[in-house]
Amino acid sequence: MEWESVIGLEVHVSLSTKSKLFSGTASEFGAEPNTQANIFDLALPGTLPVFNEEALKMAVRFGLAIGADIGKHSVFDRKNYFYPDLPKGYQVTQLDFPIVGKGSLTITLEDGTEKVISVTRAHIEENAGKSLHEEFSARSGIDLNRAGEPLLEIVSEPEITNAKEAVAYLKKLHSIVRYLDISDAIMAQGSMRCDVNVSIRPKGETDLGTRTEIKNINSFRFVEKAIKSEIIRQHEVIEDGGEVLQETPRYDANKDITTSMRSKEVENDYRYFPEPDLLPVVIDDSYISAVKAELPELPDAKKERFIEEFSLSTYDAGVLTATREMAEYFEEVTQGCGDAKLAANWVTGDLLALLNKNDIEITESPIQSDRLATLISRIKDSTVSGKIAKTVFETMIDDSAAVDEIIEQKGLKQVTDSGEIGKLVDEVITNNPDQVQQFKDGKEAVLGYLVGQVMKISQGKANPGKVNELLREKIK
Amino acid sequence: MIEKTAAELSQALANGEISSVELTQSYLDRIKKYNEELNSYITVCEESALVQAKEADKKRVHSDSSPLLGIPLAHKDIFCTNGVTTTCGSRMLHNFIAPYDATVVGKLNDAGVVMLGKTNMDEFAMGSSNETSFFGPVRNPWDTNRVPGGSSGGSAAAVAADLCTMATGTDTGGSIRQPAAFCGITGFKPSYGRVSRWGMIAFASSLDQAGPLTKSAEDAALMTNVMAGLDKKDSTSIDKPVEDYTATLNDSLEGLKIGIPKQHFAEGLTADVEKGIQEALCEYEKLGASITEVDLPNNHLSVSAYYVVAPAEASANLSRYDGVRYGYRCANPVDLEDMYNRTRSEGFGEEVKRRILVGTYALSAGYYDAYYRKAQKIRRLIKNDFVETFKEVDVIIGPTSPHTAFELGTKTDPVTMYLEDIYTIAVNLAGLPAISIPAGIANGLPLGMQIVGRDFGEAQILNVAHQFQQQTDWHRQKPNFGQET
Repeated sequence: MEWESVIGLEVHVSLSTKSKLFSGTASEFGAEPNTQANIFDLALPGTLPVFNEEALKMAVRFGLAIGADIGKHSVFDRKNYFYPDLPKGYQVTQLDFPIVGKGSLTITLEDGTEKVISVTRAHIEENAGKSLHEEFSARSGIDLNRAGEPLLEIVSEPEITNAKEAVAYLKKLHSIVRYLDISDAIMAQGSMRCDVNVSIRPKGETDLGTRTEIKNINSFRFVEKAIKSEIIRQHEVIEDGGEVLQETPRYDANKDITTSMRSKEVENDYRYFPEPDLLPVVIDDSYISAVKAELPELPDAKKERFIEEFSLSTYDAGVLTATREMAEYFEEVTQGCGDAKLAANWVTGDLLALLNKNDIEITESPIQSDRLATLISRIKDSTVSGKIAKTVFETMIDDSAAVDEIIEQKGLKQVTDSGEIGKLVDEVITNNPDQVQQFKDGKEAVLGYLVGQVMKISQGKANPGKVNELLREKIK
Repeated sequence: MIEKTAAELSQALANGEISSVELTQSYLDRIKKYNEELNSYITVCEESALVQAKEADKKRVHSDSSPLLGIPLAHKDIFCTNGVTTTCGSRMLHNFIAPYDATVVGKLNDAGVVMLGKTNMDEFAMGSSNETSFFGPVRNPWDTNRVPGGSSGGSAAAVAADLCTMATGTDTGGSIRQPAAFCGITGFKPSYGRVSRWGMIAFASSLDQAGPLTKSAEDAALMTNVMAGLDKKDSTSIDKPVEDYTATLNDSLEGLKIGIPKQHFAEGLTADVEKGIQEALCEYEKLGASITEVDLPNNHLSVSAYYVVAPAEASANLSRYDGVRYGYRCANPVDLEDMYNRTRSEGFGEEVKRRILVGTYALSAGYYDAYYRKAQKIRRLIKNDFVETFKEVDVIIGPTSPHTAFELGTKTDPVTMYLEDIYTIAVNLAGLPAISIPAGIANGLPLGMQIVGRDFGEAQILNVAHQFQQQTDWHRQKPNFGQET
């Protein structure tokens, strides 16, 4: 029997508001434990929540960016459960009336085709604190710095069919929230994390199989691996005549397997009810249009524009708009050198290779956009050849000197002077009588060899156009 | 002096007849003498009270003339008071020292009051007799074998026995009005949202409201003037300008339309109380008011709806008392589960646990629609009853409680106790303002009359109450307790 898998993602994005969702406390990553928790965050008796409207605006930005219905009357609810890092004994979230309703986003698959994935909803909720079990013997520590930070939980429809699509979806979400500047979305720091629901069913079947949920995955790579291994695990369970149980298996990144965590734990009844300490959040059309007017250009629109405006290939435009920083870098280079085509080649080629090799972000690039722009300008004004430019580029990685200085110091300036090149051409003609004769006999292709010889003895510095021109002239 | 109203004392202080320090000292002396028997205070702040009094006297020299400057008051122990133990009547918080002031406390401090201490109350404000307090029951100064009512029983008893001039209280289902009625004083619950809940320990968030317990409607107006107003720290507080509630106290009641709900004069009401209220209504007729019977057809559902909504909210509001960060923690827990179980079993009293269980049940999967959602529907019906009635009349008047104060330990069945609030609960469900004022004495015990007003009709009911107190002296009647001969 042929099987297919169905995947749904619940992604938590930490909103980068200046203060927490309900308390006005600042919330920066990495502060000393419990230094960013005030009396409300500690759930002292008598304290009350006040909704941070910056979080509302960010959620609405996201909703508009994915073309979603915006909830004009959204309601906060209490989700009740006991845990030491949940100070109030309930989490404030949104159940029946979320701020963001149904929307969608488009992902690009590896073969270049596009697929639309629906987003069921997105709602605002508060984060819990952190329990620290390792540092203390026979005790647990609690850090409430994170407690009450605003999260946007984005729930997808089960329309994703494999691990690669799931990663493409996640990366697209990552890109959108960063374009919107509503989250750092750094998975390693937990400001973006994801729960994956996986089920399998016979191909063609319309009912969903029993799903399992792998919680709190914190890297794109692990999402892909966890889904793959969970699909394998479910196949094995069924092949062995078993039944997939609704549970939350654990993904072990070291062994690259998911393991069933069958426990006797009864399913939690969260006893949701509307949060009486907060009023419903009511927004009107003018609020929504004001937020809409402030939206930045989003990845899809930017990609289209790059294709239109700069005549880039769909592929290049996709790569260059994948992150806001990449797109900004590219546009800065283009503006600086006046040649989008060359800029695209350099950014998607040498620069990206450099970044990937060293696993660094474009914002940390050792070659800043203005320097790359200057380098490209020097190719265009024939100061260096494209080939020499690569040498200059290599030097620029470790040498922060100005581009022109590097070219000057290393003597890499292209030779365009007819007299100087003429000498080299004469030398090559003299040393290669056979090839010269062949060219004279009409074997056009030999010219390439002769140009190459000139370039070689010029150590790449001769202007190839000039060499070509002089060779033709002199052999005639 | 100690028996005088705040308005009168304000005059006396202004005229230099007495200083705040002297006044404060006389209350402290009385507290020392009588509190042991009444048990109306959990904490007495002798030192800081005298410091505040001295400060008030100093301010007066510098021509500060705030009406409450130097007046000694007590706070119900549900309000957080910076640096002072705030127990909420519970073992769970018996050692909790609040690191901040409730908005109400801060506002009254700014007005120059002197805080004598924190008053006893039913645990987490859950009770109608003050018998659920971890710190023991409060006794009614009119008859120390009887309860003072609850949950603001300590505040009511302290005001009635002249252990303070005035006190704060909170009212979720009648917790200001019923003890005021039982102790023969004035108790005022403003509209929901009129007074900030910041720093007031939550019982049922959508019903809780702070208000004053005083010796007159005029004093209630003076206190409400200070306590009311928008607070950005409480999202449910209302952005409406605060009127000067004393400005309209003397308006004529000529033409006032009073509604008498037939449901409040039905089975269950004792004859004594009914007679007292009927006589009181005659006073209003003398003042030019007209009286008509009105119908609140859904009133009989109010207690049931309340005992779903309030426990449901309480079940979540009280989850924070888990022994992790502050308050009571059981000894030597073996694991987390054990810590939760024993901390909460040992830290909470019976009534609180009962309500947490009821609320948890009402919110459970499968029961939510039958209980919580239905109760919310009933709540809307009850609100609507009032809206319709207030199209016909200006205020609604009836008894505050079906009877006068009962004896300690006599109401042991929880449901009987819940029915104590049959006339007051609907007002909380509808969020309306209401006041209870003394309207007679039956068998040596005071009886209370409730006046309910429109949403944010605080000024009107204070006016209606004050006018009654201009014609009668029920509010001047004193228990024999603590009378020095």
